[in-house]
Amino acid sequence: MIVLILVATLFVGGAIAWASEALDARMPRVVALLSLLVSAVLLLVFSLNSGPDVGSPGGQWWILASWSWIPRFGIALLVGVDGLSLLLLLLTIFLGLIALGAAWDEIKERVGFFYFNLLWTIAGVVGVFTALDLFLFFFFWEVMLIPMYLIIAIWGHENRAYAAMKFFLYTQVSGLFLLMAILSMSYLHYVQFARFSFDYFDLQNIALVGSLQTWIMLGFFVGFATKLPIFGLHSWLPDAHSQAPTAGSVLLAGVLLKTGAYGLIRFAVPLFPEASDSFSSVAMTIAALGILYCAKVAFAQQDIKRLIAYTSVSHMGFVLLGIYAWNLYGLQGAVMTMLAHGLSSAALFMLAGGLQSRFHTRDMRQLNGLWAKLPMLSAMALFFSVAAVGMPGLGNFIGEFLSLLGAFQSNPVATIFAALGLVLAAVYSLWVIQKVLHGSLQVPNEYSNAADLSLVEILCYALMALGLVWMGMYPQSFLDVSEASLLYLQSLSGGAA
Amino acid sequence: MESIPYEHGLILAAILFVCGLVGVLTRRNIVFVLMSLEIMLNACGLAFVVASSRWQHAEGQVMFLMILTLAAAEVAVGLGLIIQMYRRFHTVDISVLNEMKG
Amino acid sequence: MQNWIGLLPAFPLAGFLLLVLSRGRMTKTVAGIIGAGSVGLSFLLAVMISIEFLNSGAQPFSKTLWMWMQVGGLDTGFTFFLDGLTLVMILIISGVGFLIHLYSTGFMADDPGFARFFSYMNLFVASMLVLVLADNLILLYLGWEGVGLCSYLLIGFWYDNPANGYAARKAFVVTRVGDTSMAIGLFLLFSQLGTLNIQEILLLAPTQWSTGSAVAVAASALLLGGAVGKSAQLPLQTWLPDAMAGPTPISALIHAATMVTAGVYLIARTHILFELAPSVQLIVAFVGLATLLMAGFTALMQRDIKRILAYSTISQIGYMFLALGVGAWSAAVFHLLTHAFFKALLFLAAGTVILSLHHEHDIFKMGAMRRRLPVSFWCFIVGSAALTALPFTSGFYSKDAILLAALDHPSYGMLLWVGGVLGAFMTALYSFRLVFVVFFGKSHYEQRDTQQHDDHGAVVENTSPAMFFPLLILAILSLFGGLISVPVDAVFANGALHEEAHASQFLHALMILIPILGVMISWLLYGSLSYEKAGAHLRKQLLVSPLGGLLNRFWFSGWGMDKLYQTLLVQPFLALAQVNRKDIVDLVFNSLSYVARFANSALVLTQTGNMRWYAISLVAGLVIVIGLGVWR
Repeated sequence: MIVLILVATLFVGGAIAWASEALDARMPRVVALLSLLVSAVLLLVFSLNSGPDVGSPGGQWWILASWSWIPRFGIALLVGVDGLSLLLLLLTIFLGLIALGAAWDEIKERVGFFYFNLLWTIAGVVGVFTALDLFLFFFFWEVMLIPMYLIIAIWGHENRAYAAMKFFLYTQVSGLFLLMAILSMSYLHYVQFARFSFDYFDLQNIALVGSLQTWIMLGFFVGFATKLPIFGLHSWLPDAHSQAPTAGSVLLAGVLLKTGAYGLIRFAVPLFPEASDSFSSVAMTIAALGILYCAKVAFAQQDIKRLIAYTSVSHMGFVLLGIYAWNLYGLQGAVMTMLAHGLSSAALFMLAGGLQSRFHTRDMRQLNGLWAKLPMLSAMALFFSVAAVGMPGLGNFIGEFLSLLGAFQSNPVATIFAALGLVLAAVYSLWVIQKVLHGSLQVPNEYSNAADLSLVEILCYALMALGLVWMGMYPQSFLDVSEASLLYLQSLSGGAA
Repeated sequence: MESIPYEHGLILAAILFVCGLVGVLTRRNIVFVLMSLEIMLNACGLAFVVASSRWQHAEGQVMFLMILTLAAAEVAVGLGLIIQMYRRFHTVDISVLNEMKG
Repeated sequence: MQNWIGLLPAFPLAGFLLLVLSRGRMTKTVAGIIGAGSVGLSFLLAVMISIEFLNSGAQPFSKTLWMWMQVGGLDTGFTFFLDGLTLVMILIISGVGFLIHLYSTGFMADDPGFARFFSYMNLFVASMLVLVLADNLILLYLGWEGVGLCSYLLIGFWYDNPANGYAARKAFVVTRVGDTSMAIGLFLLFSQLGTLNIQEILLLAPTQWSTGSAVAVAASALLLGGAVGKSAQLPLQTWLPDAMAGPTPISALIHAATMVTAGVYLIARTHILFELAPSVQLIVAFVGLATLLMAGFTALMQRDIKRILAYSTISQIGYMFLALGVGAWSAAVFHLLTHAFFKALLFLAAGTVILSLHHEHDIFKMGAMRRRLPVSFWCFIVGSAALTALPFTSGFYSKDAILLAALDHPSYGMLLWVGGVLGAFMTALYSFRLVFVVFFGKSHYEQRDTQQHDDHGAVVENTSPAMFFPLLILAILSLFGGLISVPVDAVFANGALHEEAHASQFLHALMILIPILGVMISWLLYGSLSYEKAGAHLRKQLLVSPLGGLLNRFWFSGWGMDKLYQTLLVQPFLALAQVNRKDIVDLVFNSLSYVARFANSALVLTQTGNMRWYAISLVAGLVIVIGLGVWR
């Protein structure tokens, strides 16, 4: 029930926000804030007062509910929330609020439509994290893409049309693979059980053998891996991130990338255990390659947002590594990396957006020595860069450490190469700090009287910083929530991949 | 009654069809193109009739009737378009009309 | 009292938070009190804990503050562990740390970033305490990275000069290479033993691995990688000399007394693993020997007062590694202790010199400062005596123990011993070269910049109590610190049989005399006024000769290691990054769109708009299709 209310709040809130623009240009953001706050409160109350339902499959689902939708094709509104989904839902709503904070003063044109798109994207993501009917899943998968495409295409920066088109093509083409794989699963269910079904639990019963399993698994993998993204399928991301408005980048990096990882954990590996097992060495090699390659490319960038985008790809490599290690350490590491990277990259994109709105440039060659001028912004930039380096005591470290720890047990060679990424992470992060924060002050002249952080910004950064410290110092509170669902997913694949 | 061998009918239909086709491909005046099209349609009709008499089936005749109606409708629309074309462009030369070039 | 062990790092951490959250609005007095006071509180607590610990029979003790993470078999608490080794370390860190904090309140008094400086310093002390208190390797890694970060921040403290930023980044990245090796070592240990708790590892490893087994060798070699990075040993030593770009108290605290000895601590802490891998332990000894010689020669050629001290630090840590390599664990820890005293003293005294001479670093632009800077002079005499291991100073006892233990090494004893003694000779040479050039001879000091304030030309020694008191205490400790006995025997109970060393009277006398000989040669070359001309002539002769010139340049550059890494690693990486700025993968996908565009422009040609053309292509298609059908 709560899931439907959540999605409905966001959908309806988006519609009202759009309509309310007619009254006042400041109304949409208030409406958006209200609907996000309502969702946040609902979710918090739910997560504090509820717990896993022992009777559900694996005894670990907090909610498992189903309503009939298109019974003829075995399509139902099957939604489920377990520890894994819950953590990601909390992250989504939290970053939704942060994105709202980023957009608060930045968006001045077609305000109503912007908040409509923002809320619908979030609603789509909420749906993706909860849907257990693959048809419904794919529906939400598309719902979250199109508003995001519009956000980039309408409110983006100078090269937005190109970036938005690229984003759209990549996700659509990879979505096609996903759709084909989902449809073949449903058809196979029809062949084996004489009825169509898109139900997650039904599809687990399909007997898949040989190359067929590999092909369908690859369909899922391509669909999710493009979103993650993995090395080789990543080139939409730097353009999309650097051209999107700040709120768009925050949502893209913080939440949308995680849908890919979630799909891999929830569907791609558990549904095809044997195929994933033999595929894991390839995936882990790709992960290690991506970590190193994108760290190196990040170092060469001059556009701050592009640089952060490449670091995102690099960090998602750790997630991929952890997932395909498919032991509890690796999976917990992947989940922690998703959460921590959600916060740290969102904060970094927001900082980059803050610089852009203050100095109207993202070019690091034009920005220097900001510490002397904007001490608070610089201190925040330092903090979140340090978090991205993987400093112990902050969330990213826990994630990366556990991922590598788990990965080492199944593939030591790839892990050793991936660990070298820790060195390269230091190289590019410190380079940014040196270029932008340190050195003697140099900014474009016409904007030399830029102000330090505003109250809204301080609030956003402080919340994210606290979140990272919490994850780093007491990760147990997160690990406990996700453990049961990860054990369940492992049990689906016979415990090994 | 001594019947004409159906091969002869088919050859005649083929000749008519090729004549029409050559007309369509070579004439520049759109009225002649339309007439050539009619010839091609009637060639097809002839082939149907011949075939239906060869196998003693009525479907061929039915098809010919359909082609007949189709041709009538086509002529009506075609002539209307030709008149419009002449009004707008003051020509009946189809090679002048190539605005749909890619 | 031991239950309050968690407060040890909590005091400086609280100091850090207070200083950061005040956002520079505090007065310098308040910031100084918070900064130095928090470390002082830690020191008091450390002293009380030590008294209780020693009185209660030196029983190891551990306390879990909270559960950090528990995943599957990985069970990691925020747990502190106290034994003799840790006790020595926390006393050094909080004690020497407090003295240096106190000194800094004077040294940094005129700096606008005063509060920022103390916040980083406090964070450093907190991280360092966590490092030595950690009962598991992940927590140790937390402290390990934390001190690295603080080191980075403090080296680049004066951020408006890009050179400082470069030095800071170099320090962080080079040590990160070592850290990564250590992290991989952690993964290996965990996958083999299923735990990262240090005491459990030390108990389990001997039962599961045979001596010299591949896993033991790999694990200890990976840990050694971390240690050489942090402790600036070959081949990762290049960052430390550049790290001198930071304020001098930083060099004293981080790059002499505490952080750089973390590698020694790590090896001593996990000594059982190294005992299981004799080949790696031998490598440790030779790394130490090579480093101490290399750094000794390099120090002899430097002109920058702080770089001389930096190379001397590298060299002294080389001695500690040598001790670790021959299994003289407690000698290593003992040298770590005495080195912390006299090197901190030397750095702080150097700081006083530098401050008095308005940030002049070149020793050949000083000279005859004996009378003008008496306090610094006497501190340098005491510190250099201890560094040179002149009899009855603290350094004498510790270096003696190391050399005797090296001599006892079964297979390479003589080689290690001769190398160590040669190093001691070099130590005497370079450290008294520094003393003689700076404090004796003629003054070469000139007022560099007359544009600045009027009082800038004058050489006035700053001997405010805040700066004088730490120097005094450290000088006393440098002289008499050799009498302290480190309570680490229980920690190393199962190893280290050869600590009761016996050398012949002759060798022992040689060990005492050689440093004295070094001091005398140094006096001939650099010190005595009557020999000044001759000394200068001799020096010139040495430099002009082809071999001398070559060696001079080679040694001055730190044996060309920087250049080597620059050409082998840094430049290829930069070039690769430069070439691939546009991301070649993107090109692959963009080429798809180029193909689509090309195909489009080619196919557009078929759309002539000419009806006859369409009809012809239609007929042609029909003919081809029918033809194909008939053909078959």
